[in-house]
This record gives sequence, structure tokens and C-alpha cells, in this order.
Amino acid sequence: MMSEMLILDREIESTVEVQNLFFACYSDDVPENGGACVKYHGEQIAIFNFTRRGEWFATQNLCPHKQQMALSRGMIGSVGDDCEPKVACPFHKKSFSLKSGDCLSGDDYKIKTYPVIVNNGRVYIEIKD
Amino acid sequence: MSKKNIIIIGNGMVGHKFCEKLVSKTDQYQITVFGEEPRIAYDRVHLSSYFDGKTIEDLSLSTKDWYLENHIDLILGDAITEINRTEKTVHSHSGITKPYHYLVLATGSAPFVPDIPGIEKEGVFVYRTIEDLDKMKAHAAKCKSGAVMGGGLLGLEAAKALLDLGIKETHVIEFASRLMPRQIDDAGSKLLQGKLSQLGLQIHLNKNTSSILGENEIKGLAFADDSKLDLDMLVISAGIRPRDEIARLAGLEVSTRGGIVVNEFMQTSDKDIFAIGECALYKNMIYGLVAPGYEMAEVAASHLCNIDKQFHGFDMSTKLKLIGVDVASFGDAFVSEPDCTSIIFEDTHKGIYKRINITNDGKQLLGGILIGDADAYNMLLQTVNNKIVLPPNPEDLILGARGGEAAAGSGVMTLPDDALICSCEAVSKGAICDAVTSLDINTIDGIKKCTKAGTGCGGCIPIVKDLITGTMKENGVYVKNVLCEHFDYSRQELLDLAKMNKIKSYDQLLDTFGKGDGCEVCKPAVASILASLWNDLILKQDTIQDSNDRFLANIQKGGTYSVVPRIPGGEITPDKLIVIGQIAKEYGLYTKITGGQRIDLFGAHLSDLPVIWSRLIDAGFESGHAYGKSLRTVKSCVGSTWCRFGLHDSVSFAIQVEDRYKGLRSPHKLKGGVSGCIRECAEAQSKDFGIIATEKGWNLYVCGNGGSKPKHAQLLATDIDSETCIKYLDRFLMFYIRTADPLTRTATWLDKMEGGMAYLKNVVVNDSLGIATELEAEMEYHVNTYTCEWKAAIENPDMKKRFNHFVNAPEEKDPTVKFEGMRDQIKAGAW
Repeated sequence: MMSEMLILDREIESTVEVQNLFFACYSDDVPENGGACVKYHGEQIAIFNFTRRGEWFATQNLCPHKQQMALSRGMIGSVGDDCEPKVACPFHKKSFSLKSGDCLSGDDYKIKTYPVIVNNGRVYIEIKD
Repeated sequence: MSKKNIIIIGNGMVGHKFCEKLVSKTDQYQITVFGEEPRIAYDRVHLSSYFDGKTIEDLSLSTKDWYLENHIDLILGDAITEINRTEKTVHSHSGITKPYHYLVLATGSAPFVPDIPGIEKEGVFVYRTIEDLDKMKAHAAKCKSGAVMGGGLLGLEAAKALLDLGIKETHVIEFASRLMPRQIDDAGSKLLQGKLSQLGLQIHLNKNTSSILGENEIKGLAFADDSKLDLDMLVISAGIRPRDEIARLAGLEVSTRGGIVVNEFMQTSDKDIFAIGECALYKNMIYGLVAPGYEMAEVAASHLCNIDKQFHGFDMSTKLKLIGVDVASFGDAFVSEPDCTSIIFEDTHKGIYKRINITNDGKQLLGGILIGDADAYNMLLQTVNNKIVLPPNPEDLILGARGGEAAAGSGVMTLPDDALICSCEAVSKGAICDAVTSLDINTIDGIKKCTKAGTGCGGCIPIVKDLITGTMKENGVYVKNVLCEHFDYSRQELLDLAKMNKIKSYDQLLDTFGKGDGCEVCKPAVASILASLWNDLILKQDTIQDSNDRFLANIQKGGTYSVVPRIPGGEITPDKLIVIGQIAKEYGLYTKITGGQRIDLFGAHLSDLPVIWSRLIDAGFESGHAYGKSLRTVKSCVGSTWCRFGLHDSVSFAIQVEDRYKGLRSPHKLKGGVSGCIRECAEAQSKDFGIIATEKGWNLYVCGNGGSKPKHAQLLATDIDSETCIKYLDRFLMFYIRTADPLTRTATWLDKMEGGMAYLKNVVVNDSLGIATELEAEMEYHVNTYTCEWKAAIENPDMKKRFNHFVNAPEEKDPTVKFEGMRDQIKAGAW
């Protein structure tokens, strides 16, 4: 915890990586209960501000169904009794778990997910190699 | 102990299915697959969709990774040329020799090419593999006319492929006296021929081709009756031949007419060698469909795992869509009197032919044929297969119940438990009902995951749906019309609740009356309810809107958006036309006139939307709501201002009506039309509301639509003046908004309404519910509170910010967006 705080307390400029935390955006850049897309080197990552649950999620922006950069524009919600958080692609409504990345519409593909850390209004994505 | 080797020859649909079946049952074999084609197994059944936009990836049934993960050695582009049964090895074309313990032949079939002089000429093709299709595609570019030899099932598929390739003049040549001689009878064939001719196919029956004309390249066909036909290309589809060459060389028993002889375990005359799919001959029969092939794969895989399963023939009933025409045959389609009684229904006007053959005592269904409308196929097939006793009026099975009473008996729940519902994955009714009862699964997706039913061709999904609902009802579960898992209320109930409790936000409604965190079903439905009730700006709650409503534009292939400014009644000044043209040029947009008399601009980047709209708004345009479940357009003909037949000024009235209802959010999209006389050039009777001028005033029609199930609108009131017409429309639209389910067009809403049009007329015209004043007041509120959403969006910097693709690089556009050129404009890159 200490080391994490130390990193976060430093003034970090946009897109500068410190260890494996990537400063993505400010928390009010992402609409409440919705998503936004950030650029990370050549990749696109979707960030979701699940205000209703007080949680943040991040996944790949690419929907594997038709290879569209669209998940950040999808609607988020939950499924089942244990309220698995999910996002539905705006193109054909394929749903994915925001936790595991599994496709909840019965298809074989899954999406990448990333841990998100929010500190002082700054949103960081943890990128593992 | 080392694993035993299984070698599979052939990586077609059945060969691949065998691998799936085997690895799901055991891991005790080392599996090797040889495929002659260069690519992994693909869906040959839907091959023709390759020409209407599907890619090889879409058709592919699996991935190399899947084979890797399951430790299957997949060798593609290499054919087995020899089987050495004494040494138990196989030798491939490229020189690989491999030992086997068991061998599975899934070599499939090859097109039968008749020995006609000139058959080797350029421009003559067969229709079997993606390579064949690529060759056809390359050649077709320079062709004006083409023909398919063979009017069977595959031949007609190939004819569709030619139409899709843009061949203007497409012929089908059949040797027999009717199309699809194996599946349908003469009368059915005649009807099908009529339908296909309407779609642009030229059909020639009783034609015996004697030679193919031309030097190196085909120029035409000559027939035995001395007639000729000029052609630029020919596709041969004269039947299939089982690929039994290597089996024959290896001394396995092979029929003289083709096919590797197998027993009920799919074993050939050598018990360590199996044959499955179209190369196998069981009891003198080749099964040329995919479902029996899959069943053979299951039987062979089971036998190799010591599971007792046998193949005893297979039901060859089929249902398919041929060039948009439903064709089905099931059970014994050809049995005829006096061995049975046939009931035949023929409607040449609509192009429908139905025949059912029943036993002479009227108790049982033997089989039949359906053309033009095959909705009843699943139920009829089940009735045959399960020997269900017929209702007293068996004609109801194909005509539907007449005279007001519901059809007797024959519901899905009367099927026995072992009735096969999904024949692709061999799932019975019992298995599906059990999943509903004991595992508490009540969605199609859930059933697909749990039982695999409906994951093959998908044809059984409607019957699966009925089984889920039926089982739940039987279990005493009250099947309520609820929005989704988060709200135990129907749309109508939620609208009333939100109204009575003055709820204005989604979260508030979910907290008060729902559970969980919502989903993509209830969010837009509630968004629509709240917009209809309060007419607040929808961008205030942008993330509960469907993508199109969230960004106030229509998302298109590739992730760009299209922009449709409102052009009320289709009337536009030259100056406004120029502005649209200038904007389209500046932002590189593709332009097209829509079906609703306006102009759609495609290919706009998300971040360009606000600036495009500020230009449009400066020129006096407003949002056209093409993205919303709301009023789209009110189409008009030019009317009495110019037309010599026009009775009233239909354009002015259309503009008035469109301006009144613009921005009105509703359960589904709304379209209107106004025609200036009975010639009906505005096609108003195909709209949710249509107004047609009469000598004395207007006739008002409601609840029509185009689309997949076209419906003519029905007459609500005659000879009314403009004021009354608006009054009735206010009531009608508000009543629809209050009571319809989500995503239900007015026609479907009326269909479900008890009492139908008579009831609706009573509510709207006679105010039988006493709510007319209320409905009118609600509409008045909507009209008075209308604002253009786009104007509001561009004036608010916070809202404007939402249109950037990258939040951390707002100036950059999505780099993955790709366009291609076509006819001097752009189109979206294929997906």
C-alpha cells in the first residue's frame, strides 16, 4: 500500500508510465455509469465508471465479435443474482463480464480486463506485461 | 502406456464435428487430422452467404488454436493418397507416413460433373469449396449472363450465388420436369418456379444439354432439342459423388454406384476403419445433409469410447430459405392417394403452397411440403416424428384456426419427452424441459449454453422458446410479461409507476422498483418511458440511452456515424441542399437519399458530429431523430399545389404533422405519410399513421408498417377535417406510447390488442375509456416542451466533450476507422 501511495502522490504527467500504472484520465472524464476510451500506445482501452456500484473497470475497447472499437460506447449493467457487472457492445449487444472478460452471450471469445486504481480524481490502469 | 493413434481424413464439417465429439468424451487418443483444402473446416451449408458479405472467418467453424488446445495435430493442404491396411499406415501427397490404430474417413463428396463435350472450357465451374467460389467471383466480373446446370437444392443455392455476384441474366437448367425433384412435388415445383421467376431467375425444365459451345471460353449451351442459349459462365450442380477413391484403392467394400459401405457403428468392412458423412453409404443410402453427418460423427466417436450408440438412418426432412423463399419437406412428402389422404392449400397470389399427407383414418400425419410459408414446419415435423394424434380438423395445421377459436391440441407441450427438438445437436424435448425445471434456466441463451440446443442451424429456436414458456407455466410459474431481470413489471406498468411517483431518473426508478444494476434492455426502455413522460433532454442521462441515442447519430459498420437532418415532409430549399452538399464534401461523407424523403450523411467520425451539427443548425436544420425510437418522417406526395389530381395540400399538412410530433419518444420508431389523393403516392398506408385526402377531408389510417412483415394500415376515421385528424392522432399516439411493450411497432401492438381495431376505434374516436382529454393534454405538453437535442448538445461544453473518441487524446480520431472507395464516394471497410 505504501509504495502505491508514493507513486500516486507524485505529480505524474499524462501518459507517463510509472512502474506498471498508466495514468489514463481524470475521473470526471468518464460519464457516470458509462464508459470512455483511452489511448495507450497503439492500443485502445475502455474505462467504465460504474458509479452505481462505486467501482471502476477497464477492458479492451475492441469487441471480438465483429472487431469493432466500440465497447467503451456500450451500456453497462449487471446480470444474475450475484450481480456480475457487464458491458453490452452497441453493435449486436454481445455482453461481456467486466470482471473476468468472459462473453456472457454464449460465444467462445473473451476480452482483456485491467485493474483500475482511482486516486485524487486521477484514474490509473494497471498494465501487466 | 502410450496413447492410441486416430487419424481423421478430411477436415470438412463432419470431420471437424467428429473431433469435437471425440475430445468431449475422452483424452485417451492421439488425434491427427489431414485436410486436403488449405483452410480449417468451414460452414459449407451457408456457402452462398460468402457472396453477400460473409467472410471466410465468419464461415469458419473453428480455429487453429482450438486444435492446439485439444492437442490435435492438424495438417492442412495435404491429401492422403494411400491407406496400407496391413501395416496400418497412411501416406500423404507430400510424403508423410503415419501409423494408425483407428482411421476415420470423412472425405465427403465431390460435385458430379457429367461427361458433356466442352465441359473443360474456361468459365465452367463447380460449386463446393471456397476456392470454387473465388474462381467464380474472379470470372463473374466480366459476365452478363450465367447458368446453373441442375435445379436441385444445391443448384438453386448456386443460382442465388450468381444473383449475388451481380449476373444480370441468370438461368437454371434442369433435366427433370420440375425443380428440386427429390424434395417437392409437381404443384409445389410450379409454384416455386413462379416465385423464382419473379425474382429474376429464368428457369428451363426438361432440358438435356448436349454440348458446351465456345472456343476456349464458354459461349453458350446447345440442347438435345436443337435449341441454344448464349452464356458467359456455367455452374455445374448435377449432384454429388462420394469421395471413396482411397477406400476403393485400399480394398474396402465400396458400392458400385459410389459410397463406402458402413454398418450401424459407422465401421467399414475393416473394423478399425470408420466412414462418416457424405462418403459413407448406410443401407444403400448416402445422407447428403449435415445433421445426419453429425449424428454419424457422434455414433463413431461413441463407439471409440465404448459407448453404445447406433445409427439407424436419419430423417431427411429439410427446411431452407431459397433466394428468400421458404421451402420445406418433411416425413413422407410424396405418398399419394389412395395410400393416404392429402390436404392441399394453394394461394398463387401470395405464392404459398402447403400439402400434408395424413392417414386415411385421419389420425396421423405422414409428411408434407411447405412452400412460401414454412412457419408450421417444426410443429408438423414433430407431429410426424412422434406420431401425435391429429386434431379433428387437421387442415387447421396448415391453415391456422378459423372461426375465432384457437387451434385444438398440438401445442409443443403435448410432445413426448423423447421428441427430438434440435436435430443438429440431438437434444430432446425432455432435456430442454428438464433444464428449465431443475436448473431454473429460462432464457434461450441459457438453454444454448446448457444443452447446446439451437447452436447449430438455429431453426429450432422458436420451438425452444415455446418449450421454455410452456414448462414454466406447467410448473406453476406465473409467466409475467416483465421488462427484464431487473424489473418485475411490464413497460406499461413501469410507465404508470414512473408517472404516479413523478420519477424522472433511471437510478431512482431502479432503486424504487427494481433490483441489480440494470442492463441494455431496461435502460433504453426506461429512457424511452421517461422521455415520453417528461420530455427532458435525453443527454441528461446519456449512459442509459442506446448507443445511437447517446451520441444522437446512427452507429454504422466500422464505428462511424450517420447524420440525418430533419427535412419535414421531404420539402427542402435549394440553399439547404447546397449546405448539405458542402458539409458532406468538407467532411468526406457518403450521401444517400433515404426511404423517408431525406438525406443521410454517412461516415462521420464521432468527434466531427458536434461541428457538423453546428453547421447544419446554423443553416436552419434540426435533428431528424433518425437515431431514436421516435418520429422519423412524415412522407408526402406533392399534392394540390402542383399535381393535377391532388385534392388537398398534402405537403403542408405533412409538414404540420411532422413538426407537431418531432422528437416524440415512443416504444419503437414512428413513420407517417400524407397523400393528396387516392393514388397514394406517399404510400401512407404502409406507415404507423397515414392520411389520405378525400373530396370531403382526410381519411386516417393507423398501424401499418413496411419492413420484414409488411402490414397495411387500417382505416380509423373517414372524411375528417385537419383539426379532428390531429386530435385523433394525438390520442392514438399517446395511447400507443402508454400501453405498448418495448420495441413493438404499432402494427404488432394492434395485433396483440384484445378487441383489435374495433376497440382502438372506440378508445380514440368514441373516448370509451374517458382518457381522451388526458391524452391530448400529454401531447400538448410534448409539443410545448420540444427542443432540438443537437442544438442543446452543441451549446453545452460538457455534453460536447462526450463526443471525443479518446478522453486522453481528444484531438485524435479513431485510427482503426477504414473506408473503401465506391462509385466516387466512400463505403465502410468490410468486417
